[in-house]
Amino acid sequence: MTTINPKKLENSSKENNLHHEDFRLFGLITFLIADGMTFAGFFAAYLTYKAVNPLPDGAIYELELPIPTINTILLLISSATFHKAGKALLKKNNFESQKWLLITSVLGITFLICQLFEYFHLPFGLTDNLFASTFYALTGFHGLHVTLGTLMILIILWQTRIDGGRVSYKNMFPFEAVELYWHFVDGIWVILFIILYLL
Amino acid sequence: MTILIDKKNQVAEKIQPKGFLRYFSFSLDHKVIGIQYLVCGFLFYLVGGTLASAIRIELTSPMSDFMPRDVYNQVLTLHGTIMIFLWIVPVVNGAFGNYLIPFYVGARDMAFPRLNAVAFWLIPPSGLMLITSYFIDGAAQAGWTAYPPLSITTPQSGQIVWILSVLLLGGSSIFGGINFIATILKLRRPGLKLMQLPMYCWAMLGTSILVVLSTPVLAGTLILLSFDIVANTGFFNPVLGGNVVVYQHLFWFYSHPAVYIMVLPAFGLVSEILPIHCRKALFGYRTMVFSIMGIVVLGLVVWAHHMFTSGTPPWMRLFFTIATAFIAVPTGIKFFNWVATMWGGKISINSAMLFSCGFIINFVFGGITGVALAQVPFDIHVHDTYFVVAHFHYIVYGGSVFVIFSSIYHWFPKVTGKLLDEKLGMLHFALTFIGFNLCFAPQHWLGLNGMPRRVAEYDPQFQFVNQISSLGALFMAISTIPFLINIFLSIKNGKKAGDNPWRALTPEWLTSSPPPVENWKGEAPLVTEPYGYGNDLKDNKEFL
Repeated sequence: MTTINPKKLENSSKENNLHHEDFRLFGLITFLIADGMTFAGFFAAYLTYKAVNPLPDGAIYELELPIPTINTILLLISSATFHKAGKALLKKNNFESQKWLLITSVLGITFLICQLFEYFHLPFGLTDNLFASTFYALTGFHGLHVTLGTLMILIILWQTRIDGGRVSYKNMFPFEAVELYWHFVDGIWVILFIILYLL
Repeated sequence: MTILIDKKNQVAEKIQPKGFLRYFSFSLDHKVIGIQYLVCGFLFYLVGGTLASAIRIELTSPMSDFMPRDVYNQVLTLHGTIMIFLWIVPVVNGAFGNYLIPFYVGARDMAFPRLNAVAFWLIPPSGLMLITSYFIDGAAQAGWTAYPPLSITTPQSGQIVWILSVLLLGGSSIFGGINFIATILKLRRPGLKLMQLPMYCWAMLGTSILVVLSTPVLAGTLILLSFDIVANTGFFNPVLGGNVVVYQHLFWFYSHPAVYIMVLPAFGLVSEILPIHCRKALFGYRTMVFSIMGIVVLGLVVWAHHMFTSGTPPWMRLFFTIATAFIAVPTGIKFFNWVATMWGGKISINSAMLFSCGFIINFVFGGITGVALAQVPFDIHVHDTYFVVAHFHYIVYGGSVFVIFSSIYHWFPKVTGKLLDEKLGMLHFALTFIGFNLCFAPQHWLGLNGMPRRVAEYDPQFQFVNQISSLGALFMAISTIPFLINIFLSIKNGKKAGDNPWRALTPEWLTSSPPPVENWKGEAPLVTEPYGYGNDLKDNKEFL
């Protein structure tokens, strides 16, 4: 049994070595799994603290629900509008796509403003107690992700312009990458909302 | 969607400098990046080795007379961090992975060449940052584990630099892991199946899964720790209501898999080297693959065996003891497979083979003490003593570092086209093997008799054994000299190796040595049986 036969290979298609499928999205998914593990570590820490570390007497840890609920709805809608933008881009309608992207980014910015509003009206600060520190670490780390995502949406929005933009139905990757990232950030928020506010 | 990789590479080729200078450039060639990793890692190994020598000099006498106690703490912290994050992890993963994996999957480069270069160039600055922190306000003093509250209460600027540096190195390692997973799963040559890959690919796949799943947790933990130091939060500070055990859980969730991140690639490399120098097929390919994956799965659920003295509840002790004991099964399978590969083979005694045999001997010893340490009563007795130090060094030095040297002897002809001198190589092996065992075997005894680790002063009754240990360290330090002389002499005027000096069948040897820029002049060969030695040799005369 021969193991290597280069002669046979000469006949095989040379195309195979020159082209390969696009696996940038695969790489991004792997990265998002890694990113998700960071959040998993934070969640694990938070839940352990909640289970074993009693807070000092008089510590305030009751959270108001309205703002985070609005925030959840905002992010869920933004996921849908991003999806709409993608559909429009596939139909080669860049202007329509830009419109939906603008709505998505405005929703993202509104989320951040609501988050900051909540921060300023909370009865505890970063170093008050363990719960407060974990709360700010978790929401802050997520807010950092939303900030980055919003910036990337604005870049995509600029690049989707008809004359000179680099993103179009022919080059969907940047768009798909940001969309995947945005859905990931939304998904993390839903988990965060359940664990931090509802549990 | 398709990408024309050839066009990209042609552009890259024009921009990049040629010759020796390309090792100092932001090169995208996986072979250049591999060598960059290796040489950079080796320089840090020399620094870490110097620090280890300083530790052993200090320990020749029971009092702390060679250096003050706080300097001793800084030295041992830097030694651990440099050896783990800047030498073993980058070299067994980054260096050999980058050099070999594209060959093994029949590709012309890694999946993401730019990400690859970024991953490498994160390492030198973070390493230099770590070392220079010593000259500013003193380096970190809390050991490579950086346990709070110690890491919060010791001088803080060094600790912050330590955290920043480890975060950067963690990022580098995640980028590398993503790249390896994509390369192995997605960039394989058409027609090459997963179960036909050389074993190192499987080892790197398993390692990269561990890197991607566990390194981010360490990053998150260190961010929280830095908040404790800088912003006065109380995550891990008991004074402020925090919980130190949570840090230990999160830290070991990374740092136990980190042991496998250091040793699994070494398993893979040994599985490549043994069949070639024994002229026999790798024994039990399938069981090897399954045991690697078994180690990956089990490796993620055993972390708390480092914490048996941290007030772990009984159910947790029971679970982690059993899970840890189970890891001995896949590891044992691999060990017996290596022995069976050598059994009845035509073994050629050369430096690469000697270092691999040294690895097998040391590793089985380190493995046995590992199983012993997994048992709660025994672990509580020897916790934080020199027994743990000895066990750990038998795994990472006797295991990984022996394999790194073995691989350097094995693949040096591939990289340079010249052979290393065998006599100097065997001298290097003899000094390393004797020195290593002289240094670390007595430490088992020290630990069993209660000498604590990480302390500059000790009970005078241990002085004699410590001096034997330091003598071994001296041998190890001297062993670097013939190795370096060998490398420099052989690069200048070594014997010409030819393209395939070991008559190997794995794909990297089926091209010229050193390989051309895009690995193969024509098509990449389809190697479906990388270990087809033995009876099949007659059919492959053209390659032998």
